[in-house]
Amino acid sequence: MNGAGRPRPQGGIELYAWIFMRVSGVVLLIMVLVHLAIMHIINNIEVINYHFVAQRYATPFWRTYDLVMLWLAFIHGVNGVRVMIDDYVGSRGWRLLSLASLYVLGFIFLALGSLVILTFNPARPF
Amino acid sequence: MQVTLKIRRFNPEKDQEPWWGEYKFDAEPTDRLLDALNHVKWHVDGTLTFRRSCAHGVCGSDAMLINGKNGLACKLLLKNLGSKITIEPMRGFRVIKDLLVDMEAFFDKYRSIKPYFITRSPEPEKERLQSSEQRQKYDDTTKCILCGACTTSCPSFWANPDYVGPAAIVNAHRFIFDSRDEGEEERLSVLNLNEGVWRCRTIFNCVEACPRGINVTRAIGEIKKALLLRKI
Repeated sequence: MNGAGRPRPQGGIELYAWIFMRVSGVVLLIMVLVHLAIMHIINNIEVINYHFVAQRYATPFWRTYDLVMLWLAFIHGVNGVRVMIDDYVGSRGWRLLSLASLYVLGFIFLALGSLVILTFNPARPF
Repeated sequence: MQVTLKIRRFNPEKDQEPWWGEYKFDAEPTDRLLDALNHVKWHVDGTLTFRRSCAHGVCGSDAMLINGKNGLACKLLLKNLGSKITIEPMRGFRVIKDLLVDMEAFFDKYRSIKPYFITRSPEPEKERLQSSEQRQKYDDTTKCILCGACTTSCPSFWANPDYVGPAAIVNAHRFIFDSRDEGEEERLSVLNLNEGVWRCRTIFNCVEACPRGINVTRAIGEIKKALLLRKI
């Protein structure tokens, strides 16, 4: 294998990424279906308002649920794009640029999402 | 029957771009595609270049892209290919001339998985015995003839030429699951790299392309499982 311009990370990162994709995929399938059922089948957009969210977020259960779903979905998606970049972006410069933007954007959005979920104050009047 | 061979020709010393050569002639329906290629080379255009050796589907020299699907020219009969047959070199390899491709990198990858017996335990007095159940575990992957049909049908390989590729993985499987071999750690660590088995997206093109009917994707899956559980 002559790696022209492609640094090869050693070790089993790919193994863990591979198993993570499978496990998170299965977990997400269940979590997202439950989420969809609650938000679009059991309730609908007429019912869902600030009060509805505040009520849900008054208990730690739904906060944890949403946080886990956000993290799993985000890392699953970012890893999927990383693998595509690995496959299809051959030149070193473009790879570096695209991977760096992916990680920076991923981090910002994940941090923003987590911030909202964790710091939301249901007691505050709207 | 009358056949037309449409062959992708390229001579880097003369041609700027590859071009299509069309050759129309009479042939027996029971002729193999290799016979038709030989007809062109011997009677129409002697500059047509391709590999072939045993001509009986064993040596793996004449793999090429036939009507959009990888196969061995010596194993396909004209009557099963239609009257107009499109022939191209295998995809993803550098074309040296016409259907002749550079397979050096392919064999480098084959060598990287150490395709030979590795043993550390003391030599037994007689041969190393193996039960038929133990033999069965890697029976499928012993059939590989290293023609390159699987690797050059793999989109992961087209996108990333550093990917070790299905053919090398099949040959690693042949030794990893052999009860007499003791080199699985070395082979598994090569396949656990970024360019190893994790590049496989289970597209199954390799299974469709293999002229020996090896279930390549299954072998790759078994190696992924072995890496995960570190259990052979």
